Amino acid sequence: MTDATANTPRPKTSLIEVDARTKRRNAAEARFKAYGITAIAIGLLFLVVLLGSIIANGVGAFQQTFVNVPVYLDPAKLDKKGNRNIEEMKKVSTFGYNPLIQQGLLDKVTELGIETPLQKRKEMKAMLSASAAAQVRDFVLANPDKLGETVEFKLLAASRVDGYLKDRVQREDVARDKNIDAEHLDLTDELVKAGVVAKTFNISFITGADASESRAEQAGIGVAMLGSFFMMIVVLVLSLPIGVAASIYLEEFAPKNRWTDLIEVNISNLAAVPSIVFGILGLAVFIQFMHLPQSAPIVGGLVLTLMTLPTIIISTRASLKSVPPSIRDAALGVGASKMQSVFHHVLPLAMPGILTGTIIGLAQALGETAPLLLIGMVGYIATNVPDGIAAGFLDPNSAMPAQIYEWAKRADPAYYERAWGGIIILLVFLLTMNIIAIILRRRFERRW
Amino acid sequence: MTQNETKISANGVQVFYGDTHAIKDVDVQIEDKTVTAFIGPSGCGKSTFLRCLNRMNDTIDICRVEGKITIDGDDIYDKRVDPVQLRAKVGMVFQKPNPFPKSIYDNIAYGPRIHGLAKNKAELDEIVEKSLRRGAIWDEVKDRLDAPGTGLSGGQQQRLCIARAVATEPEVLLMDEPCSALDPIATAQVEELIDELRSNYSVVIVTHSMQQAARVSQKTAFFHLGNLVEFGETGKIFTNPEDPRTESYITGRIG
Ligand SMILES: Nc1ncnc2c1ncn2[C@@H]1O[C@H](COP(=O)(O)OP(=O)(O)OP(=O)(O)O)[C@@H](O)[C@H]1O
Ligand SMILES: [Mg+2]
Repeated sequence: MTDATANTPRPKTSLIEVDARTKRRNAAEARFKAYGITAIAIGLLFLVVLLGSIIANGVGAFQQTFVNVPVYLDPAKLDKKGNRNIEEMKKVSTFGYNPLIQQGLLDKVTELGIETPLQKRKEMKAMLSASAAAQVRDFVLANPDKLGETVEFKLLAASRVDGYLKDRVQREDVARDKNIDAEHLDLTDELVKAGVVAKTFNISFITGADASESRAEQAGIGVAMLGSFFMMIVVLVLSLPIGVAASIYLEEFAPKNRWTDLIEVNISNLAAVPSIVFGILGLAVFIQFMHLPQSAPIVGGLVLTLMTLPTIIISTRASLKSVPPSIRDAALGVGASKMQSVFHHVLPLAMPGILTGTIIGLAQALGETAPLLLIGMVGYIATNVPDGIAAGFLDPNSAMPAQIYEWAKRADPAYYERAWGGIIILLVFLLTMNIIAIILRRRFERRW
Repeated sequence: MTQNETKISANGVQVFYGDTHAIKDVDVQIEDKTVTAFIGPSGCGKSTFLRCLNRMNDTIDICRVEGKITIDGDDIYDKRVDPVQLRAKVGMVFQKPNPFPKSIYDNIAYGPRIHGLAKNKAELDEIVEKSLRRGAIWDEVKDRLDAPGTGLSGGQQQRLCIARAVATEPEVLLMDEPCSALDPIATAQVEELIDELRSNYSVVIVTHSMQQAARVSQKTAFFHLGNLVEFGETGKIFTNPEDPRTESYITGRIG
């Protein structure tokens, strides 16, 4: 506006008629809204595509094909001396069980009257997971009195058979596959009809341990989940108190001088350091210098603590800063000490922000893979659930994201499916943590 | 008017906010059992000086206080003085109402609790009721002591803050424009309270209302641009000021 127009009186206009200037402003506003809606729509579209593809690819991992096989537990083979001595029965390895299982399946096929060119016992091997023998052996060693009986087992089908039922394995592929032939697929079709082979919900994917490269059907994420869990405990127990105490000190007590400025700059810088750097730091300090065990969740937790601390400190300081200074004055004004004003008034008000920051930091740590690569938490590590709390922290283990990375790396497409399944579980965890953050925030939020 | 003992004595007080010289060489004697009013145009340093008296300026990093302020002869800026103890003695009502985001009851009970003024719940209840009555707000809130203090209206919040300040039984009460958000009825009640407090305490009140200063105070200090221009009996300041600046201010020509 120029001075000249300011002095001339405004021409009288009707309120009913929208003038050109207002029209232009309204148009600009409408355009801006349209941009916003477009941006959100694009975001939602990507989200839908992402979730859709994750679920489509991963849902298969939650189902697994099983074969119901009656196995005759032949005492002549499994307990040669006939005295039911467990120690001696243990001498029979899984190799001793394979023929019995394969025979059982063959008998079942014959009994059902299925016509198949596969008439040799050995040819049944391709139908079953290599883990089947171990499953039967464990059963026999636990129930030696069942020897001599025919017991119906629900055994894992071979990964190819499972893949065939999930459309992962096509008939064309089988020609080049030395593990399985087209006849096996025909037999599978027949057995599905007969109800001997069936896909069911696969709880052991959620609770089980990783398996070797060739036994994708057996692999589960449960042990890695425990690894993640123990790491998160370390992260929470260390980073929450240290982070909150450091923030309170810096924000409320520390004198504002060059040193605290320097510390502040350093904390902000640390938050931006790539996580792999923390990994190599962890390797050098915790493993090579302090000689903590390799691949152990405690080391992973320490490394992730280093990574999470800056995040927690920054968000805690931000939420402490957002508490109005008048509240501090009010407390000091009635004669509260600095500490009382912080703990009675400031901290409760900052709590929602602190908790949200902490949970977001934890969620970040939960999904972090890079530093774990360097401290050896990746690879085929843990075959068993850790026995006890100490073992949970100290025994070699993996973590969910590292396990997913490991599976995605393996050649067998069955593992690819499991990687996607693992991602679903990881996302469920992250979602749960975010929901907890929101609930806590609601619960603690207060007006002032 | 009888001469009371000096409660607070300030000598050569200077306050700096960084490079801003907010209070310039102020000497003032605040008497016991007396209401002293600080008047002056906005930004002249009334709040700043008031905050020196209970060392609330300590919380502002860039603030520097020089000179000597004593309460009952003790230098409050002495190294051995714990400002927390000082503030229990010298209560304060702030310019902007700042209740705790807690219940009305807890707002009042907080001070007595941390100072251990009540032995049991009944005593605490009693203190809360008495303080709320003195703050002229009891009738409005007696049925909702559990409601948040922040849910009250601006004027009610200010009276809550007054009640909170008197609950700890301070010896000196500093009030920074306590009535700026109050209606005439509540103002009258607060003025009554101030008058009542005078029998035991020393009260310092900052106000922009000349009438209020004239009504409640016995002594008046006029600040202008960080200087204490004139200090004396309220009656004299309002009827026969010595300094021309004081005169133009109270007659409404500067401010
Ligand atoms: N926290 C601060 N930081 C920097 N300068 C400040 C601060 N508080 C006050 N000042 C400055 O000190 C001077 C006095 O401020 P003060 O708040 O004491 O004025 P006042 O007399 O209380 O005014 P009002 O009547 O408007 O409340 C002003 O110039 C102000 O800008
Ligand atoms: Mg002021």
